[in-house]
Amino acid sequence: MSERVLICGNEAMGEAAVMAGVDAYFGYPITPQNEFTAYMAKRMPEEGRIFLQTESELAAINMVYGASATGKRAMTSSSSPGISLMQEGISYLAGAELPAVVVNVMRGGPGLGNIAPSQGDYFQATRGGGHGDYRTIAIGPSTVQELIDYMQLAFELADEYRTPVTILADGILGQMMEPVTFRKRKPRKLPPKDWALTGAEGRGQNIVRSLWLKEGALENHNYKLQEKYKKIEKNEVICEQYAVDDAEIVLVAYGVAARMVKAAVIKARKHGIKAGWIRPVTLWPFPTEQISKAAEDFKIFLTVEMSLGQMVDDVKLAVEGKCPVLFYGRPGGGIPGPEQILEKIKQLSITPKATAIKS
Amino acid sequence: MKTNTLHEKVIIAGFGGQGIMLAGKLLGHTAMVAGKEVTYMPSYGAEVRGGTAHCMVVIDDEPIASPMVSNPTSLIVMNKASLSKFAPRLKSGGLLIVNSSLIEKNNLKDISADIKILAVPANEIAVELGNVKAANMVALGAFLQKRKLFGSEAAANSLPKVLAKRHHKTLPVNSKALNKGAEFAKEH
Repeated sequence: MSERVLICGNEAMGEAAVMAGVDAYFGYPITPQNEFTAYMAKRMPEEGRIFLQTESELAAINMVYGASATGKRAMTSSSSPGISLMQEGISYLAGAELPAVVVNVMRGGPGLGNIAPSQGDYFQATRGGGHGDYRTIAIGPSTVQELIDYMQLAFELADEYRTPVTILADGILGQMMEPVTFRKRKPRKLPPKDWALTGAEGRGQNIVRSLWLKEGALENHNYKLQEKYKKIEKNEVICEQYAVDDAEIVLVAYGVAARMVKAAVIKARKHGIKAGWIRPVTLWPFPTEQISKAAEDFKIFLTVEMSLGQMVDDVKLAVEGKCPVLFYGRPGGGIPGPEQILEKIKQLSITPKATAIKS
Repeated sequence: MKTNTLHEKVIIAGFGGQGIMLAGKLLGHTAMVAGKEVTYMPSYGAEVRGGTAHCMVVIDDEPIASPMVSNPTSLIVMNKASLSKFAPRLKSGGLLIVNSSLIEKNNLKDISADIKILAVPANEIAVELGNVKAANMVALGAFLQKRKLFGSEAAANSLPKVLAKRHHKTLPVNSKALNKGAEFAKEH
């Protein structure tokens, strides 16, 4: 399949997961990600793999835990309220060091909120939304093509580091159709799953658990996890940037908001405003280094999100007070469009004043 | 002023069951085959047959930032409720395709003078062809002709890709409807 096809994000992710070799999908319906579940219901049996519509999100994430413990590639997808219900299971996956891919097609919150696109779950995805001392890898694609391209990586990161990986999409990405090509990347070399529960014949017993009661055992386990998280932070950051070097204003955005920002920055440049952008693709691990480096020369940072400000905290931590970090966002289904972002850029720019004096 | 760069933002609206989403997907697919950048965004959620439905299609020569369209350059409305909802949002100089089978002329008197209006009796034409459900294709065919983006034959070629296989027996009537819509637009 190398031809261009027109497909919505939810179905594209489904096919990408099939191509990435997902063995089992467990899910419970919720808008705006229903096409994902529906696609898997049709597609997984065709491949002789497992599709199961569960009785709840709790069941789904715990079935992911079970399937993953046997060494199989397992995943679930949901939208914000459903992902909240799954947090206990995600914490257990992190604790038991089990790979899993969790797709969150974000909608407006808190609570049941609405079904409109949102980026309000950034804190939940990047801080570890469940209890305990853990992190989950979070990837924030911004096109339907990237939903496909990062799916295989999500499974590989999950397997390599034995940790849950979240793909953070939103209602726009899930619902919109764009032309894409399905292309297979060369797979990463991955460690054998010698920890999996496959029947202990001819080998010692494997134990998958998140309970460590013996004195000092959990402390050691937490240090071990921490070491793993350090390695992920060192090796797995993905970040794009554009025209940052000479920029006076640097916009930071991810996902769909980054598309709007890119268009706004191109327009700003046409107006003679020195703007650039940094786009974190991995939200955790966050591109702290890249942003910190950009902040070495004085710039104004403007973070744009479809929320009232979550990733902006990480930008501030990266900038460390070296430059001002401002924020523009809209919550609950509001979309900061390119024109609105351009207005914000103009307000922050000193160039228009200079132009006014000249004329 | 004529520029060569294409920036077309289309809203197609009507009630559920009129094939609004299909018309949008078909426009999207046709644009893709023509090598354009394109996004298609449906209204999603509680849309059911009889309720309101709309979709947004952006066609461009450059990568598309937002699939959301607040001010369309073209609007295709298949029922009266959609006209009142979306017509005020049309960009000045925009194109309005109205399904005059369901929208009476007097509803158009408030439309600003710089909007090009084409009233198409889409249902009547579709009934003549033997299937009222093809009214969406009549309207789309008329739109394609007026905007001269792609020929109605190009859209007809994309039909098998976007129409569910179980409906493929309606391919001939839908293709005819696209052509009839284009013909009507040529004459009016």
